[in-house]
Amino acid sequence: MDFSAISPVSLIVSLIAASTPILLAAIGELVVEKSGVLNLGVEGMMIIGAITGFIAAVSTGNPFLGFLGGAIGGALVSIIFIVLTQYLMANQVASGLGLTMIGLGLAALLGHSYAGIKPPSSPHLDIAGLSDLPVVGPILFNHDFIIYFSIILTASVWYFLNRTKAGLILRAVGENHDAAHALGYKVVRVRIYAILFGGACAGIGGAYLSLIRVPQWTEGMTAGAGWIALAIVVFGSWKPWRVLIGAYLFGGVTILQLNLQAVGVNIGAAYLSMTPYIITIIVLVIMSSDKKRASLNAPAALGKLFHASK
Amino acid sequence: MNLLKTLLTGAAMAVGLAGAATAGEKVKVGFIYVGPTGDFGWSYQHDQGRKAIEEAFGDAVETSFVESVPESADSERVMTQMALSGHDIIFATSFNYMDHVMNVAKKFPKVKFEHATGFKRADNVSTYSARFYEGRAVIGHVAGKMTKTNTIGYIASYPIPEVVRGINAAYLAAKAVNPDVKMKIVWVYTWFDPGKEADAANALIEQGADIIMQHTDSPAAMTIAEEKGIYAFGQASDMGQFGPNARLTSIIDNWDPYYIARVKAVMDGTWSSTDTWDGIKEGMVGIVDFSDKVPADVAASAGAIRDALSAGTMHAFTGPINKQDGSVWLADGETADDGTLAGMNFYVEGIEAELPQ
Repeated sequence: MDFSAISPVSLIVSLIAASTPILLAAIGELVVEKSGVLNLGVEGMMIIGAITGFIAAVSTGNPFLGFLGGAIGGALVSIIFIVLTQYLMANQVASGLGLTMIGLGLAALLGHSYAGIKPPSSPHLDIAGLSDLPVVGPILFNHDFIIYFSIILTASVWYFLNRTKAGLILRAVGENHDAAHALGYKVVRVRIYAILFGGACAGIGGAYLSLIRVPQWTEGMTAGAGWIALAIVVFGSWKPWRVLIGAYLFGGVTILQLNLQAVGVNIGAAYLSMTPYIITIIVLVIMSSDKKRASLNAPAALGKLFHASK
Repeated sequence: MNLLKTLLTGAAMAVGLAGAATAGEKVKVGFIYVGPTGDFGWSYQHDQGRKAIEEAFGDAVETSFVESVPESADSERVMTQMALSGHDIIFATSFNYMDHVMNVAKKFPKVKFEHATGFKRADNVSTYSARFYEGRAVIGHVAGKMTKTNTIGYIASYPIPEVVRGINAAYLAAKAVNPDVKMKIVWVYTWFDPGKEADAANALIEQGADIIMQHTDSPAAMTIAEEKGIYAFGQASDMGQFGPNARLTSIIDNWDPYYIARVKAVMDGTWSSTDTWDGIKEGMVGIVDFSDKVPADVAASAGAIRDALSAGTMHAFTGPINKQDGSVWLADGETADDGTLAGMNFYVEGIEAELPQ
């Protein structure tokens, strides 16, 4: 049992890398849910982002364009969900599940000839002096650019929701779409923008998986990450910084237990892997008791259909 | 609205059971896979077997498959659907489908079921598996000879006998040629999750492993090995395209002959419940050529082991072997019997880790 064999610095570095895809997808879904829409298709949008990002990166040789391709792919596939739920008034849960199925199938089709190809590697931040500092250097100043992007994105979403008028409108739409409509806000338009944003974020998260974390394309490679992102939005009670903590906690538990095993420490790996899900269930149980619902920050109109004629 | 619903339902069913439409006298063959057919490992290889059936029998058969089926009650639903839609034989290709296969088989006595790597049988349920541990003995030998850090990393899926057997076989073979070798084992509790498999590979490399073995289904670890400039082995499928420099050799699962024979038996009406466990000799386990990274003498000695296992002049578990707790398992010259191997739930002496229960 030699704990000293684990380097805390490299542990933190791999923790952040493992958490980033979930964080990106969860931040996007947070905005979607804040607008009152429950999109269960995160997994489908992520896998589409993974393959479109991969294709864009491989064909242009540029990782930046790869992530842009992932964002566009994720947003494009979310249009299916927009048409179904915002125009055809279909059930959001069923439409979201359908989006996941379509995404997984479509991604497999698109990626058919991309197996075994190596994507271009993404540049890491390298500031002379800072990046070479012991401990602080690798933890803070030597990541790939998407990790910094994900943290800036979290901050921006927090600022947008809490400090801007547009953010207030989005939240109003999510709390009470009839009232927002009566005040003259375009409920459907706001929701469409939110869903597109959510799709783009999930797409970038997926692209992170296929371009950086694993660097390869394999069918179904998201393997449930989208569902974890959904759980983390609830876990973080719809607050951006809590979602960030939730994502890092989840990634942390995964990475820590793998590393503990590698040094030969016997831990209940199966149980440790379960913890984020158990906590999510507990949060859901607390949330379902109506009294505390408001304090948990759940958007009141979440999952409810809106039509101006009603 | 209603039209849309109908269309969506139809589409969902088409996704689930591609080509399940009824068609006269054809023998209908169903497969359920634990991962996607494009995993380039375990499920991919089973799907190659399905294609081999189509090629062998052409219009006389009709095959269908459902991929990424969880090892839960979900699999019962999928198999029930297959049985109801007129499949004559259903191959369930992952260990934890076992009890679900038994449940569905009880309800459909006329449908034949084939369960990979399991041990429960019935009149309409056969089991089949490959002696993967023979392949593990070959790659263990290569790894033992080639590791410079004397540390082999092993990405394990679930603590079931098949996986434990592979770890023991690889360790014993490595230890035989390198007394200082250590094996670091990480359990990921999944068959297919490229992200987690990659994380596990990184954790093992962090702890000094310079050769990675895996008992999971995706080529993620191979990709990481290529990136980090260390070595790995193809698992279930070739995987060479993911690690042109990293891959030393690959253990191939070749299900084609078995699948063709079993479907033939259904056609001839000679199918009966059997238990098959074939190895290198029968061709169910294959070792592809060693890469040019393997020194000629190592390739020769590893090839000799492969040939001896194939000829039956050597057994991967030949005594003296002690269990991890020091108690004697096999006396000098004694070989393991299939019963013990099939239920193997202990590490051999020298592995410094605790087997999760």
